[in-house]
Amino acid sequence: MNKEFQTVIGLEVHCELKTETKLWCNCPNRFGESPNSLICPICLGLPGSLPVLNEEAFRLAIKIGLALNCNINSCIFHRKNYFYPDMPKNYQISQYDMPLNTDGFIILPGGKKVGIIRAHLEEDTGKTIHSGSTGRLDVSKEALVDYNRAGVPLVEIVSAPDIESPQQAREYVEELRLILLSIGASDVKMEEGSLRVDANVSVRQPGEPFGTRCEIKNLNSLRSLVKAIDYEIARQSEILSSGEAVIQETRHFNESDGKTHALRSKEEAHDYRYFPDPDLGFFEPDVELVKTLKESLGELPRQKRTKLTKILGADVLTNVNVNLILEYQLDELILKTIGLGADPKITFNRVVNEVMNLYPNINHLSPERFKEIIDLEVSKKITPNQAKTLISQVSQLGREPKEIIQELNLASLDEQALKDIIKKVIKDNQEVWQRFVKGDEKPLKFLVGQVMKATQGRADGQAVTKILIEQKSIA
Amino acid sequence: MNSIEFNSITEAKEALDQKRLSVTELINLFFDLIKETDQNYHCFLELNYDSAIRQAQAIDQDFENKISKPLKGIPIALKDNIVTKGLRTTCGSKILQSWIPPYDATVVKKLKEAGAIVVGKTNMDEFAMGSSTEYSAFGPTKNPLDTSCVPGGSSGGSAAAIAASLSLGALGSDTGGSIRQPAAFCGVVGVKPTYGRVSRFGLVAFASSLDQIGPFARNVNDAALLLDVVSGNDPMDSTSLNVAATNFFKSLNSEVAGLKVGLIKELTDQCDQVVKETIQKLCDLLADYNVVISEISMPSLEYSLPAYYLIAPAEASSNLARFDGVRYGLRIDGSSAKDMMIKTRTEGFGNEVKRRIMLGTYVLSHGYYDAYYLKALKVRTLIKKEFEKAYQNYDLLICPTTPTLPFKLGERMADPVSMYLSDLCTIPSNLAGHPSISVPFGPKVKNFQVGIQVLANELDEQKMFNLAKFIEEADE
Repeated sequence: MNKEFQTVIGLEVHCELKTETKLWCNCPNRFGESPNSLICPICLGLPGSLPVLNEEAFRLAIKIGLALNCNINSCIFHRKNYFYPDMPKNYQISQYDMPLNTDGFIILPGGKKVGIIRAHLEEDTGKTIHSGSTGRLDVSKEALVDYNRAGVPLVEIVSAPDIESPQQAREYVEELRLILLSIGASDVKMEEGSLRVDANVSVRQPGEPFGTRCEIKNLNSLRSLVKAIDYEIARQSEILSSGEAVIQETRHFNESDGKTHALRSKEEAHDYRYFPDPDLGFFEPDVELVKTLKESLGELPRQKRTKLTKILGADVLTNVNVNLILEYQLDELILKTIGLGADPKITFNRVVNEVMNLYPNINHLSPERFKEIIDLEVSKKITPNQAKTLISQVSQLGREPKEIIQELNLASLDEQALKDIIKKVIKDNQEVWQRFVKGDEKPLKFLVGQVMKATQGRADGQAVTKILIEQKSIA
Repeated sequence: MNSIEFNSITEAKEALDQKRLSVTELINLFFDLIKETDQNYHCFLELNYDSAIRQAQAIDQDFENKISKPLKGIPIALKDNIVTKGLRTTCGSKILQSWIPPYDATVVKKLKEAGAIVVGKTNMDEFAMGSSTEYSAFGPTKNPLDTSCVPGGSSGGSAAAIAASLSLGALGSDTGGSIRQPAAFCGVVGVKPTYGRVSRFGLVAFASSLDQIGPFARNVNDAALLLDVVSGNDPMDSTSLNVAATNFFKSLNSEVAGLKVGLIKELTDQCDQVVKETIQKLCDLLADYNVVISEISMPSLEYSLPAYYLIAPAEASSNLARFDGVRYGLRIDGSSAKDMMIKTRTEGFGNEVKRRIMLGTYVLSHGYYDAYYLKALKVRTLIKKEFEKAYQNYDLLICPTTPTLPFKLGERMADPVSMYLSDLCTIPSNLAGHPSISVPFGPKVKNFQVGIQVLANELDEQKMFNLAKFIEEADE
């Protein structure tokens, strides 16, 4: 039997929208406030209360649809009925067979095209905090519910089963994150739960129809996503290899043992009794509104990446976390600085090595100031070390590079001045110098350090080394 | 002086304006009568005495205030599924027996702004599911016209309160006839407005696509005035219609000559002989006044009762899911959250509510949705279309409000379907979303009169009120 299995993965990503207020009421949409401080009769589902759609949420959901190349449809809301204590009405207002966004796709940085089946708008639930060790409601003695999150707008993005590996799944979620961030739809923090991922995984022999899938829940980080899918592929492959059948079920990923565990079988699955919510009408996205929103999308990560590659070349970008550059929106700084005439490679290197570490405290580093620093470095008026200091100072203090150079006496020493200082260091450290001259390489580092100290870091370490070796050869 | 002396809101307003008595005195008259007589009827579940008196005194102190308010100092009773801030709201259910809402329904705000004084909350079938008020968890209401009979339902407490002069006006809710049927049984006027005319914000939902709040009153004038006060667009209710404010009260007249009115054959045919005879008398009278009256056949209405009993329970099964003991209302402890929910709902809901939750859950279930719920929605569309067609040829339609006169307490409790049949004539208006009114007419049979239902097209309440006023005047 052929043990080589193909993996088929579809992902359901829930992202909380970055709106001022909740989906159906005027309660603030904020994370981390004290429990049950952001609630009202509507998001608590008190008897008699009714939902009214938040237009800002609707607009953001349309923007997501547009960014994912979806069709934007007239839509309605359905009720998804099931009992759970953190759901105030014991139904979730969601979308079912008439969702807002359908039939889209995204192209991953590696070139893979992943279909988007739908991206629909729905409400989030509250949060249950269970006592007891297992964290499962059925067996814990007590549970506390925080309804601050209840009614927060969510968009559920369902991919087609186009993803072929755990790494590709990761790449997909990373790209989706960047897109959502770039269009300002969500703050996509997995650790705060504003981006949540469920994975549908199955394996099959090449050429065979789809295998039986399992849905994996509780994937709270990209690391968990990869680990859980890895585990699941191995588990299902082993079952199939031994001639048995995979059971369709929902599985829970346990971070501590790195395994997935059966949560409920297909037979135990809820019958959600979807039906159109009679409290809400028919929503037809206005053509003009959609046009305006499309224009407001700006450049998407894929376009930004293409631009960077065009200017810097593909090899410069390999082994660099380009996604992080895009997440921090540093591509703008790079392109603008280069656009002003700065050296592309040095500009990019300074961003990767210095600016990324300073993020987010880089408000004062304008492209103009950044270019000035890069130019100084290129013309060797300052050393790379000094450039680093300068970037940090300018970023945080917001002053002109020239002022800081003067104040900190950062300008590079000319060669004669440096030679004079080196001669003095040799004179002051005769014993060490003699050891170096006699062939002991160890004191070199010490001597360079002494020179750097004497120049207060204004010397270029490489130049100092070079002069010291010259001096040795003529000693 | 006795509250029975005031036959209408108009009369009471006149007495207040002429300073024949103060608002506090007026309100006290009503509370006195309630205390004296409501033990015989059980119209009220909760009285708002302290707050009502405080409000009355405040109005008295400021009575010279020039701002005229349409209901200044007028006592109003509210069905107990209309949410009142700080005043217990039970929906006639054990599961909410101690719930004190933190907010007011939009209609309550509007009433208060109009100067009305809420005297109390009235009895009802649990969650408005029933046609006799016998399904209240707190005991039935009796018909003031004959206490051995039911007042109808589900807004039986509100209808009976008007009939017994325990309030000048009242609000109820009508999902399948719950205002008009008890109005007919108690001999008062009851209105179900166009769907979306009155905000549902703060009405505890039974079947959201059918529910509508409406007034009970002694006469058509008062009913029109009450509707003017409580209607209007509400941004808190997505199904609220965006139409101009109404002034039915001022525009009311009983000119009917030239109107084309259809008598709905299918509904009238199903009524008792005495009911048929009465409406025939009305038809003859209308003809005398140059109303063009003819019989109209609307065959799809035959399916309105079965369609209603699929749609309403389906929505109810979802609307009532929130009563689980977690956040408010009754809680019976259990070994787990699920167990607690099951125990709470088992204990907290009555049998009729459970019957409808089960029915609704079933028809929405996977594999049954298309056969039941979807089909019922199609029937609903068909019925709407049949009404649309009818209104191309008729200004208004009429038929009896109920197939029978009030039945005895307990008579239909053992047979749910016979109970459901008492809403036969009222359900079509709910399915269509159209307004209709019940107005008493004709000779008394024992203590009762027949309720005549006038049905109108969407937003055509003015015509409906005018014909109802004619009927009322003809009855005198």
